[in-house]
This record gives sequence, C-alpha cells and structure tokens, in this order.
Amino acid sequence: MSEIPSYLRNGYITPEELEKFIPLPSEERLRKRPVAIPDCPQEIPCAPCREICPTGAISMPTPNDLPIVDYDKCIGCSLCVQICPGLAFFMVHYVGDRARITMPHELLPVPEKGEEVILLNRVGEPVGRGKVLTVVPREKSKGDTPILIVEVPIELAWDVRAVKVERRE
Amino acid sequence: MRLTEHPVLRFERGREVTIYFKGQPIRAYEGETIATALHAAGIRVLNYSANEKRPRGLFCAIGKCSSCLMVVNGIPNVRTCITLVEDGMRIEPQHGKARLPGEAKPPEFKEAKVVRADIVIIGGGPAGLMAAIHAADAGASVVLLDENPMLGGQLVKQTHKFFGKREQFAGVRGVEIAKILEEEVRKRENVEVFLETSAVGIFQEGGEKLVLAVRNNRELIEFRGKAVIVATGAMEKMIPFENNDLPGIYGAGAIQTLMNTYGVKPGDKVLIVGAGNVGLILAYQLIQAGVEVKAIVEAMPKVGGYFVHAAKVRRLGVPILTRHTILRAEGRDKVERAVVARLDENWRPIPGTEKTFEVDVIALAVGLRPSIELLHQAGCQIKYVRELSGHVAVRDEWMETTVRGIFVAGDSAGIEEATTAMLEGKIAGIAAALRLGIADESWLKEMEKAQKDLLEFRSGPFGRHVLEGIKKALIGGVASE
Repeated sequence: MSEIPSYLRNGYITPEELEKFIPLPSEERLRKRPVAIPDCPQEIPCAPCREICPTGAISMPTPNDLPIVDYDKCIGCSLCVQICPGLAFFMVHYVGDRARITMPHELLPVPEKGEEVILLNRVGEPVGRGKVLTVVPREKSKGDTPILIVEVPIELAWDVRAVKVERRE
Repeated sequence: MRLTEHPVLRFERGREVTIYFKGQPIRAYEGETIATALHAAGIRVLNYSANEKRPRGLFCAIGKCSSCLMVVNGIPNVRTCITLVEDGMRIEPQHGKARLPGEAKPPEFKEAKVVRADIVIIGGGPAGLMAAIHAADAGASVVLLDENPMLGGQLVKQTHKFFGKREQFAGVRGVEIAKILEEEVRKRENVEVFLETSAVGIFQEGGEKLVLAVRNNRELIEFRGKAVIVATGAMEKMIPFENNDLPGIYGAGAIQTLMNTYGVKPGDKVLIVGAGNVGLILAYQLIQAGVEVKAIVEAMPKVGGYFVHAAKVRRLGVPILTRHTILRAEGRDKVERAVVARLDENWRPIPGTEKTFEVDVIALAVGLRPSIELLHQAGCQIKYVRELSGHVAVRDEWMETTVRGIFVAGDSAGIEEATTAMLEGKIAGIAAALRLGIADESWLKEMEKAQKDLLEFRSGPFGRHVLEGIKKALIGGVASE
C-alpha cells in the first residue's frame, strides 16, 4: 500500500505540501495585484473555476486534472473564489507589510466592511486579528457564496484561510 | 429548535396548526412532517422495540427504515418521517408491533384508480426527474411517483454547490438544482406527478407493466405503462456498536432533512461517524446551522471524501480523527455521550485510547446501499457489487435490467453522486423512449453524449472503482469476487 499523504490523514494541507502540487506565485507577482491560488491538490471531477475564468488563466485538460493557474494571465477578479464548489480558491495580494486574503465565507454572521475579525488557520486555530476590507454579499457573488477580503499580517498570508466573527449581543 | 436565520437557506413555513402527542398539544406548521414537528418540540422517542422495550427515534427520515413508525389517528405503522402534519392529528408512540384497527375497511382492489402512461418512473430524485424530462421531450407520456411530499429526492437538502462541469449544474447548490428540475418537469404537459405515493410492486400484465402504489397511506392506484424506470435511491447504512438504536443516533441524511429541508436543529452537539463526502458535508452544514460539531471519526487511515470538503471543516476547527471508531453510545432515553477509540492496524480498538464526547446527536455517515427492493420483486437479476456499495440490478449500457422494459438509474443502480444520477436518469429516460419506438433516432446521439459525460466524470481516481463495479454489473460483465 502506498504511503498516505499527510493532507489526507489530517484533512488539511500545509503550504509546503501544497507547493508540491501547485507552484506558488513569486513575491513580485504577489505584490503586483491579487492572484488566485487553489488549495486543491486532489483529482476530483470538477471544472467551474476553469469555465468561469475570463482570461483562460486556469489550465485543466480534463475536469479530473488539478487547476493550475497561469499567474501572469490571472487578473485577480475573484470569480473562481466565488464559484468554486469546494470553497478551495483564495486570492493573495501583498501590500506593504500586510497581505490581503480573499476568501469564501458562507457562515453567519457575515462581517461588515471595516470590522475586525479573528483570523483562523487551516486547522481552525486563531492566529491573530485582521480587518475586513471588502465584503461581496451572496447576491452579488457569481456562485452564491459571499466573499471577503481580509487584511492580515504578511507573515500569516499562507496560513489564514477563514475568519471568525465575534459579536457581543 | 426551529432555525430562522441561515447563511444559504430561507425557510418558508406554512400555516400554524396543532397536533397532539399523547394528548398534549404541539405547535406545527403545514408542510412539515410529523417527525419534524415532534423533533422541534424536543420529542425524540417515537416508539419502542417489541421485546426489550427499547426506545427508538428517527433514523433515516426519508421513509426507508421503520424507526419512526407511530400510531396516527389510531392507525399504526405510519411512517411519521414522510407523513405531513394535519391540524388536530392525534399521535401516539408505537409499542412494538401494533394492532391494526379492527373496524377499518381496507379499499377493495377492484376499486383502484388506474393511471396510464408510456413510461412509469418510480422516484422523483435527480435520476427520476432527469429521466422524466428526457423521456417526455423524446415524446413519451410519463407518470412520475414519489413517496415523499416533495420532488427532488435528496437534492432538497443539499446546500453545497455541486462539482463537475457547469452544464451539469456544477457550482449550483443542490437545493437550487431540485427547484430547476422540478420546474422543468412541471412545465411538461406529458408528465403527471404523484407525490406521497409509494410503489409497492411491479408486475407484468400482458403487454403492460403494472405498478401498484398507495397514495397517502389510503388510496390504492394502479399505474400502467409500457416501461418502468426505477430510481428509488438509496438507504443509509448502519454499523454495529453498543446502543446504536438510541434516539439521537441518525443517519446523516436524516439530520440534513431536519435541518436543511425543515429548518429544525437536530441538537446542540454532534459527533459524526464517517469522513466520506456525506460526513464532511454534513459537518459543514451543521456549523452553518449553528450546531457544534465535536469531531468526525473515521475508521480508515485517511479522509475518504474529497479533500476540499475536509479542509472546509478543518479550518473551522473540527477535528477529523482518522483510524478511530465509535465504541458505544450512552444515555437513558436518548444520546448523552459517545465513546470512541483508536484502531490498530487490524481495525481493532486499542484499549486505553477511549475518548468520551458529550453530545446529544450521533450522525452515522458510514455509507449508503442501493434501494433495490422493487427491482428484486420484479424479478430483475441482482448481483452483489462491492464497488457499487451493495446488491444492484444487472443492466446493459442503456440502463435496462434483465427484465425487458424495466430500467434503473441513480443510486438504486449503484451508489455514486447526484451528478451521475442525473446523467443515468437522462440515459434511462431516453433509452426507455427509444426502446418503445417513441423517440426518433436523433435521441440516440443525445444518449451517447450523456454516456460520454458519465465516463468523463468517472475517469478520475474517485470514479475508477465505480467503473470497475459497473463492469461487474453489466449484463455478461465480469464476475464478482
């Protein structure tokens, strides 16, 4: 029996492990404009990201292939983040000493623009606090999934993949 | 217990009515099932086993098991999970095998209403709906029956977006797909729909197929057609462990039905058994409904479902314990705790690794098996195919079984996805119309496209074992192990 990759044993993938499947963009590209990055290391029959991409930046010869993003072609429009049925697409953008993470958020409450939220890593651990810069409500989202752009410390850019909204009643 | 806010669903409730449980009034809403209304009122014990007087509650919530049988208005054995509330209903728990009311007069067989169509489709889920749409478009008159009060099958509780290609509804939520397909069916004049109608037998009478069915637990109907498509879906599997019959232990689908179809919280704290797609998706849906998921335990050494579904719940803090199993449920009349343990290389629990979770719900997402009872009764050749998760009807590439004129589609043909069920339904619907000489040759192309799409969907690592299974299930196919 072949070795079981740790992402399948644990249910989450580390950035180092992800890089074995999906080449990550250069720092220069990350500073230029937002860029789409799929946390999608498994061959599943799924292709909406490729089908919706307006610039043809996602290559996937058959729906069972991994989505490989041509980072030069990606314009950072976030349609893939909105449509992805697996909620596995994110965008990362380096701005100064901060990073902006675009992520799906299908939970209540949906935070408001400017609200401070708890940042969660891929294991659901709180790793800091960040500010919500943009909220695209589900009515305006292409895939019926609200998306957020959250500003995080740059060193957490590859860890933060969800947020927790704290509201005191 | 009733949900008002939800991130992706809107609940529209019917008129408020009152039902009586053991004489006590309970608030309910038209359009919800008896079991749902009782659940919302905190009632978990629906009946008792015959011998041990063990309390039993809801398990499958789609009319497939007998865990929710109750006495309703004096009539025993009513499946309260698919029977809608009516104002003033009197509901009593059932104790074992209940007596039938002596004074009631069953309908006489010869009084049965007769409904005729070219094709009779049993099951209004993704497979049955697609079969109806395509058979109708190919020129056939169709009658579609389902024992549930609504069309859509299990799509009506699938809040997640579908995979596949966008022409196959990828990126669209299952609940929305159910609405789209229902609308398509309803606007076709050559499709007649019968809900709350259970098929109980398929017979050959001369050149006709006769499907006997019971509507609303009362009325006998004879559906007569030239072909029958069986799309009866699947049934939740159970695994053995101590107290696995305690109320509060549900099949994963039952929780989805309560929570996503009727907007009723299953409980407050949940342990999920099984990290296949169903268990993982369920965990996410529970969190969306504001329910705490304590953990997902999985006996396999890895997550069985799609990784992306696992990642979705992990990043919200739900632990996935691979190589773990449930040892027992604890509680008096309902679940109060679950005890789990780690498994060794030989799948045996390791003493000393027990962990107790304080939960009021245990969700079993340990797989499904095809519902083949009608196919079996109709005399179709049946074969056990592990890759398709159980006994299935042997069929050809047109989804026709060994009984000419009986077709099969969807999970009742082998456990897969709603996407493949829709494609199989399309194939079966067109094939039946072609076989009857109703559809013209252009439909052959349409069917071949669906066959090609199916092959493409199944060509990845997740589809490979299904393809192996289908080879065994085909007429003249390879032998089972």
